[in-house]
Amino acid sequence: MSKGIWNISLVGVGGQGIILTSDVLARAAMISGYDVKKSEIHGMSQRGGSVISQVRFGEKVASPIVADGTSDVLVAFERVEALRWARLAKPDGRVLVNRADIVPVTVSSGMQPPAQRVEERLAELPGLVVVDSAPLAAEAGNARTANLVIAGALSRLLPLEEAAWTEAIRVRIPEKLQAVNLKAFALGRGAVA
Amino acid sequence: MPKKLFLSANEAVALAARHAGCRVAAAYPGTPSTEILENVAKFKSAPYFEWAVNEKVAMEVVVGAALAGGRALTAMKHVGLNVAMDPLMTATYVGVLGGLVIVTADDPGMHSSQNEQDNRVLAKFARCPTFEPSDSQEAFDMALAAFDLSEETGAPAILRLTTRTSHTSGVVVVPDEEGGVRPLKEYVKDIRRTVPVPAHSRGMRLAAEERTKKLAAVSEASRFNTEIEGKRDVSFVASGVAFQYVREVFPECAVLKLGMSWPLPIEKIRAFAAKAGRLVVVEESDPVIADGIRAAGIPVPETKTELHMLELNPMRLAALRAELEGKEPPAAAPAAADVPARPPVLCAGCSHRGVFHVLSKLKATVTGDIGCYTLGAFPPLSAMDSTICMGAAIGNALGMRKAGHPNKRIAAVLGDSTFFHSGMTGLLDMAYNGGDVTLVVMDNRITAMTGHQDNPGTGRTLMGAPAKEARIADIARACGIEKVFEVDAYDLKALESTLKECLDGSGPAVVVAIGPCVINKKLVGKNPRKVDAAKCVACGTCFRLGCPAIHRGEPAGADGKRFKAAVDPAMCSGCTLCEQVCPRGAFGPAEQA
Repeated sequence: MSKGIWNISLVGVGGQGIILTSDVLARAAMISGYDVKKSEIHGMSQRGGSVISQVRFGEKVASPIVADGTSDVLVAFERVEALRWARLAKPDGRVLVNRADIVPVTVSSGMQPPAQRVEERLAELPGLVVVDSAPLAAEAGNARTANLVIAGALSRLLPLEEAAWTEAIRVRIPEKLQAVNLKAFALGRGAVA
Repeated sequence: MPKKLFLSANEAVALAARHAGCRVAAAYPGTPSTEILENVAKFKSAPYFEWAVNEKVAMEVVVGAALAGGRALTAMKHVGLNVAMDPLMTATYVGVLGGLVIVTADDPGMHSSQNEQDNRVLAKFARCPTFEPSDSQEAFDMALAAFDLSEETGAPAILRLTTRTSHTSGVVVVPDEEGGVRPLKEYVKDIRRTVPVPAHSRGMRLAAEERTKKLAAVSEASRFNTEIEGKRDVSFVASGVAFQYVREVFPECAVLKLGMSWPLPIEKIRAFAAKAGRLVVVEESDPVIADGIRAAGIPVPETKTELHMLELNPMRLAALRAELEGKEPPAAAPAAADVPARPPVLCAGCSHRGVFHVLSKLKATVTGDIGCYTLGAFPPLSAMDSTICMGAAIGNALGMRKAGHPNKRIAAVLGDSTFFHSGMTGLLDMAYNGGDVTLVVMDNRITAMTGHQDNPGTGRTLMGAPAKEARIADIARACGIEKVFEVDAYDLKALESTLKECLDGSGPAVVVAIGPCVINKKLVGKNPRKVDAAKCVACGTCFRLGCPAIHRGEPAGADGKRFKAAVDPAMCSGCTLCEQVCPRGAFGPAEQA
């Protein structure tokens, strides 16, 4: 089933730039000559909810949904979201986690306990790669480019040429913000071996 | 030169309208359909487009445009079509001169809706030819075909999207544009054709059924209804995005793909079924196609795997595959244990919060409505008893009162856009018939929930022209309400005294709580508050506002159960509700970063 298709699930919290990142990824795949589908659920994302976007690319993509347990890369923009969506990860795939914590209102208000043993549970995820996007985004010159740092890190784990990514960034991001986002992307790319 | 684009189905439909030479587009926002009209505006797909006050008016506008001989488009979420069914059910008799395409974006799985309804049932009910694209390319191609078919036959055509097609982007090859806006077809006044008094409508009824026969022939020959070769011991009939899941999970099997699913191409299906071993129909959500096939006498055995409720996905099709192969269903992936929920919440600084805080304090029974403010139902605000549909709050509150509900304090709560959508008629009913109900309109001058679309309170049309802002207090007075108050939504004292007076008094009252949407006005992070930990006694009063910018700070006391408050300055928009509720004066302005 769906041989040669790459499945990427991107998860996190509304406002983290997940939709933009998945759009850049999808366009990079399209520029590389692949068939691509990008599917997202963002109904109430602006109101602090959990957000998910999925990108599939390959010769010919059918389902827009990535089946549980088949994400070649699960990209979590927030640590606990990686745990929430762990079922999407492929046992022999990779999980890319951004070292960020956004405390949900259920925890900050004391209605629910925080997630326990987060580091230990993250370590159990397949092929864990951790990136700390905030300092790299600051280094790039804009805290809001943390999502492009993550895109840079992700680019190391996918079979797409760097040139396709940079072209996708130029297509998708307004001209005056391109330089800082390209720098953030390069820093993220450099952060993963 | 054809262009290769990356579009969602919503964007593809909007672009198709431009290619089809559409003249008029009208819609009311509703997830997952909203981006269609937004992109009509972006692509300039029609010389005229508008956010209508509701789906019924949007339908009436596009039916008018089509009666005048122009091509027209409307788009709505599934429940929007309920509102628009009245004009549609007769427009389908009258028929259209210019091609009319109606997009219904259904929401299987209820990602952002109050119910799950399959509008193909309504499409069939209204005798409208129905297209079900399975991806963005088909959304483009079928929208174009739908305009042509509608214009050729006079039937309004329905394009059924679902959340998954609407919000999936894919590669779309778009041909060169041709022609620009279509000229109007020649309009000839003919009341026998366009005024359905009984003497005329009986003929229209018969003509509509004749038209259905013609549409059935079109469906039999449609290039969108195609057979995909494969193994036939199990053969599939599939439509919409369900087709993609079938291809994903049963790539070796024969499929009859139905892109035009009403009228059903029943002879094509019969021929396909005759070659099939077992026939399985996969469609989202109701068994509309399956029942149509069964009604023609072609057996479609039920599957044990449940395929009709909630959204389909490859995992559910994998369970079907296991069933068909006589195997145990694959184990569902375990849900994450011990992960705190991350529900959507009213934003920090939301102008709705104060109203709910006060209604909760006054122990009012509250009928709610559809919008961001439905979130006021949840703890800690817990200030809503019911929600039904757009505008229902007012009639529901009146009905509760008339039934003898024991609470003296009954309030109906809705937002400005919902009030304009279908609250105004309920208000007139309440004003005329009377009853001790207080209507609270939470007026932020924007349709916030769906991503900040303009409404008659905004003062600007979708075409970009300035417009006269509708003032809700004026409308209430014009309806005959005598007690009408406009209150600052961030002034808790004024809110409480006004609401108490209205709720404890007699007769209908209207309170307009005015405050902007902080997201729309980009107030987040502006003028933030901070907590003076020396003054905070960890009483927890501010936590009961449910503001996501207020979180637990340092522990107070040794038991580890009580915490002082702290504010996230990046999220705070300085609404000052926390300052107003704090009994110790612990909150104050923070220095801005």
